[in-house]
Amino acid sequence: MGAYVIRRTLAAILLLFVVSAITFAIFFLVPRLAGESSSQLAAQYVGRDPSPEALAAVKKNLGFDQPLYTQYWQFIHGIFAGRTFHYGPDASHCAVPCFGYSFKTHLPVWPQITQRLPVTLSLAFGAAVIWVFTGVTIGVISALKRGSIFDRLSMGIALAGVSLPIFFTALVSLSLFSYKWAIFPNLHYVPLTQDPVAWAKNLVLPWVTLAFLYSALYARLTRAGMLETMAEDYIRTARAKGLNERVVVVRHGLRAALTPIVTIFGLDLGLLLGGAVLTETAFSLPGVGQYAVQAINENDLPKIMAVTTLAAFFIVIANLLVDILYVVLDPRVRYS
Amino acid sequence: MPGSTKRVRRRTGGRRGKTAAIIAVAATGALVMTSCGSSGGSSTSSGAGPSGSSAKAEFNAGNKGIVNESDHAGGTVTYQLSSTPDSMDPGNTYYAFMWDFSRLYTRALTTFQPAPGQDGLKLVPDLASGLGAPSDGGRTWTYHIRPDLKYSDGTPITTADVKYAVERSNFAPEALSNGPTYFHQYLQDNTPAYQGPYKDKTGGLNSIETPDATTIVFHLNQPFADFDYLVSSPETAPVPQAKDNGSDYVKNVVASGSYMFASYQDGVGASLVKNPNWNPASDPIRKQYPDRINVQFNIAQTTVDNNLIAGNATMDLAGAGMAAATQATVLGNPQQKAHVDDAVSGALAYVAMSTNVAPLDNVHCRQAVEYAIDKQSVQTATGGPIRGEIASTILPTSVSGYTPYNAYPTTDNKGANSPDGLQKAKDQLAQCGHPDGFSTNLSARSDRPNEVAIAQAVQASLKQVGINVNIQQYPSGKYFTDNAGAPAFVHANDLGLMMMAWAPDWPTGYGFLEQILDGNAIKASGNSNLSELNDPNVNQMLAAAISNTDNAARTAAWGDIDKAAMQQAPLVPLLYRLDPLYRPDAATNVFVTPAYGMYDYLLVGTK
Amino acid sequence: MSFLEVDDLHVTFSTEDGVVRAVDGLSFGLEQGRTLGIVGESGSGKSVTSLAVMGLHRSARVNINGRILLDGQELVGASPEAVRRLRGRRMAMIFQDPLTSLHPFYTVGRQIDEAYKVHHPKAGRHEARTRTVEMLRRVGIPQPDRRANDYPHQFSGGMRQRAMIAMALVNDPDLLIADEPTTALDVTVQAQILDLIRDLQQEFGSAVMIITHDLGVVAELADDVLVMYAGKSAETGPAESVFNRPQHPYTWGLLSSVPRMDRERQERLVPITGQPPSLIRVPEGCPFHPRCPYAKLNGTRSFDEVPKLRETGEPGHLVACHLEAEVRARVFREEVRPRL
Ligand SMILES: Nc1ncnc2c1ncn2[C@@H]1O[C@H](COP(=O)(O)OP(=O)(O)O)[C@@H](O)[C@H]1O
Ligand code: SF4
Ligand SMILES: [Mg+2]
Repeated sequence: MGAYVIRRTLAAILLLFVVSAITFAIFFLVPRLAGESSSQLAAQYVGRDPSPEALAAVKKNLGFDQPLYTQYWQFIHGIFAGRTFHYGPDASHCAVPCFGYSFKTHLPVWPQITQRLPVTLSLAFGAAVIWVFTGVTIGVISALKRGSIFDRLSMGIALAGVSLPIFFTALVSLSLFSYKWAIFPNLHYVPLTQDPVAWAKNLVLPWVTLAFLYSALYARLTRAGMLETMAEDYIRTARAKGLNERVVVVRHGLRAALTPIVTIFGLDLGLLLGGAVLTETAFSLPGVGQYAVQAINENDLPKIMAVTTLAAFFIVIANLLVDILYVVLDPRVRYS
Repeated sequence: MPGSTKRVRRRTGGRRGKTAAIIAVAATGALVMTSCGSSGGSSTSSGAGPSGSSAKAEFNAGNKGIVNESDHAGGTVTYQLSSTPDSMDPGNTYYAFMWDFSRLYTRALTTFQPAPGQDGLKLVPDLASGLGAPSDGGRTWTYHIRPDLKYSDGTPITTADVKYAVERSNFAPEALSNGPTYFHQYLQDNTPAYQGPYKDKTGGLNSIETPDATTIVFHLNQPFADFDYLVSSPETAPVPQAKDNGSDYVKNVVASGSYMFASYQDGVGASLVKNPNWNPASDPIRKQYPDRINVQFNIAQTTVDNNLIAGNATMDLAGAGMAAATQATVLGNPQQKAHVDDAVSGALAYVAMSTNVAPLDNVHCRQAVEYAIDKQSVQTATGGPIRGEIASTILPTSVSGYTPYNAYPTTDNKGANSPDGLQKAKDQLAQCGHPDGFSTNLSARSDRPNEVAIAQAVQASLKQVGINVNIQQYPSGKYFTDNAGAPAFVHANDLGLMMMAWAPDWPTGYGFLEQILDGNAIKASGNSNLSELNDPNVNQMLAAAISNTDNAARTAAWGDIDKAAMQQAPLVPLLYRLDPLYRPDAATNVFVTPAYGMYDYLLVGTK
Repeated sequence: MSFLEVDDLHVTFSTEDGVVRAVDGLSFGLEQGRTLGIVGESGSGKSVTSLAVMGLHRSARVNINGRILLDGQELVGASPEAVRRLRGRRMAMIFQDPLTSLHPFYTVGRQIDEAYKVHHPKAGRHEARTRTVEMLRRVGIPQPDRRANDYPHQFSGGMRQRAMIAMALVNDPDLLIADEPTTALDVTVQAQILDLIRDLQQEFGSAVMIITHDLGVVAELADDVLVMYAGKSAETGPAESVFNRPQHPYTWGLLSSVPRMDRERQERLVPITGQPPSLIRVPEGCPFHPRCPYAKLNGTRSFDEVPKLRETGEPGHLVACHLEAEVRARVFREEVRPRL
């Protein structure tokens, strides 16, 4: 198993390089192939109507006049060793890990992202707790009471939950609970470390809204999984042993049904950590997703690239964790 | 010329120079204060507030008087913004709302009197103890700052800090590139050219002298009578060189106003608290009403609007009007409409006519267009009277020197859709040798649906008199660098007509007119004088007026220039832009300042 | 009364296509220390019967009538909780496919521990594991203390079934039901497992109900035989009697299809013609008549009248067939015996 984990980790690291190279190529190579000159490229990295000096500085600092592999090497090197941009007051140092430097704001990108990461983490993990709990519970009950009113009702709602776009549910929940009844007025992010109660209060609505979508998804998944496992022979064995039904359902049925769900959960969470774009935008949460939207609106390429790389990073890491977790969860994988 | 790049912004934008950016980026943003913890009864107007009369809370009350005038102190005021400001560094911002808001934590040499109506256009000394003393025919300006001023950290404020602030904001585009660079343009430069305080650590700009800690003298390269307006920019707010770290200064701005930063988070927001080292005796216009002022960025515009309506927030920082959806509901509800002030934004929407593209190079053809355009249909196309008032002058109503007149009147402003307008337009067409009309192109910015809608209304009007207009759409990003703002492109592509919106960097005739009417301002790229009007008379009048330090005479001159220019018909004024702003119940001391075209943020408190 | 007494058992399932009469008036008894073999083609209701005894029918569409008495305790209609307490303790069951019947995510030892602990709530982990290892050793798993920590997929097929048996016997049950315990196994392993069951039965002295479609298995293990056809008992009696003097044409068919070493391949497999009947529309009269070569020997009786179990003359040996005793004896002697 140790060898397996090491192998997967190495593969993940390799994948990260490939992903970063592809991202890099998309942002640097594709425009070049499309015929943009290095000055035009540089123009996209600075503010509106840049001075020629600013353009020249960006061109030099980002190495647009050099071959692509040199640029990529500088980028990767910057992540591990930091970069110094000779530009502005003295020189701007972009500390390790340097995921880019925004020439529009004259600020390194990484600290801005890490500042926003707690917001996205708070949103994603809070919502995840809710949706795993409600989704799985509803799914299990639905499966056990298949065909009952509960089953039909909850699966109907789940269908709505899966199909309603999040900006719509967000809008509805905001207008009801924030504007109309003002139970959660003037939502804004308060750091957990500053005031845990305010943190939670301001996140309840986004959590629930995001969790609604995923709960629906997970309820359906869990129900399908439970229906399948509860028909398995080993469930009959468990009952034949005289186990009581709760143990049969939870320890034998759910345990097996959850394994694929854990996999999906890992990937969903990884995806969310790269920025819950819609939820953060709808609820004006200053997280990574909102940062991405902002970066795109401002056409600030270093930011866009950093967020893209970060999102890819989370997905690769989530994949790796899921792979490892799968081994822990399913002994058949572990010993073969 | 230096600073030309900044002007592009102003041109494209809504209000004050920054407008382009402001409007583009913040079209949806607005500033809102939430009142947290409002305590007991509020006191009635005590005279401590701004001058002007207290107004009943009804539609447009904030345009005429002060709504909820109160000296009640305490509570938290919350401003929300749908975007992010370009910067909260006073030396690095070109957004009108930031110029308004930054006055809470910084003090420029002068500022606008906090008052509703035309009184709000009056300049008053702020950091300075009096307005500037011109000498040398308006080429030299001397200011004295008030004694014993302190920063929030307790260190003294000197005129050397004002000089430093101007140097960093105007001469160091490599670090602070957002603000305008008028000082660079009008101050005498060193030889060789001054490189800014970050690159040139040895000296400074020789044309700013600080003979002592409370005196500062500016030497200009030409007479400039509006200089008091120029120094109302936050670029003259003092910055201590020891605390300046270039683009990072925004994270630790040292306050000179009545509030100071308790926290600032890039892209997220900021929190201001009372500045203990601010001395009320040194400051006749500021107060310390709320205990805390929060600013939140990147709040969706509809959320901002709804928070204002629900009383969750206090002000929309952008001050550029509500989202279309909210606007419709609010205006349809009399109770909510009573909370709306339709603020004059200070921007003019117009059609520029090229004096170098045939047949519009003939003044009669241009005058035919003046008569033919149905401005009512234009107003309808852009959202109705709530979003714009029909214009007949180049100067908007909120600019000093505005003089009402109409050089090309038609019945109900209906142009060719009225019998007299149709007749006058046809007469002019006959005089220019195209009695049956002609064909030309009209440019508009493709990513501005509003502008395209206006262009279509214009197209429909002109068709009535046989002028066939083809609308050419270009992306706004390169509109001024490559298309309408590049005369060679205009000529080559027969852009006889060009859609345009313009707002001044400071609310005087010069601030508004110079860039769009002066033949000397024509540039090969990044041009704002889209008509390429180069009338010796107009040029001379502008130069004379800006040299005239007699305020009354100068102000009167702007109206004359407006009229003189309109004789040449270089543009068709369409609408003075209006922005419907929402004013929550809990907000106190609320009124629109014409200086910024939005609420005056200096004294806003909460009940 | 027998230790296990099944009396007029009816198990039906209501499905979209109609009511499935999976068990239709079945009665039998089983004493402690004895082995009952239930044989019949696939689909004849053997598993349904055993699951009914175990109380393992979960479907909402199932309907069970009649009586099942375990040591005098009525199971049909008893509270699910009461039956649960008996399951695994007084009656235990092993299934056809040991791989799918063991939970893939738990070690074999843990699954046996669990079976023990559920009926010995006071037992600690250590006690349970000691018991588990002991049982694994008794069913012939080498190095049982180590193998207890293996997962089912690490066991071979035969070892898995041994583990299942260990699990079933961990609480020393009075009744063991083995539903096709060797069907999924290699031929060589089959014999070992059957030997194991026999040895353990002698050791534990419990009642064993072994279900199979393979008469060879029954011949090897059973004291008594019950031949099932279409949810009914076709013939029942002591194994010696049923094997040597089978009375029912269906049993004859089954016996003739058993492979025998001393016959040529050609001769020895005489399959029963036709398909087993649908249990939704069971044929009128004798359910076996569409496939029975002798149905016409009784006029129309086989087509109209359901045959009841009746005495054959040998003790405990009953048959459900309309054939007259003499006719049956003649047919057996002249036509069937030579083929066996
Ligand atoms: N849950 C069920 N629902 C419907 N029909 C069933 C169910 N379980 C068994 N049956 C039917 O009952 C009949 C007897 O099945 P079973 O007892 O499993 O046969 P076998 O003798 O091969 O063990 C078969 O026709 C089967 O289709
Ligand atoms: S009753 Fe008739 S059909 Fe049934 S087994 Fe006997 S002979 Fe055959
Ligand atoms: Mg079976």
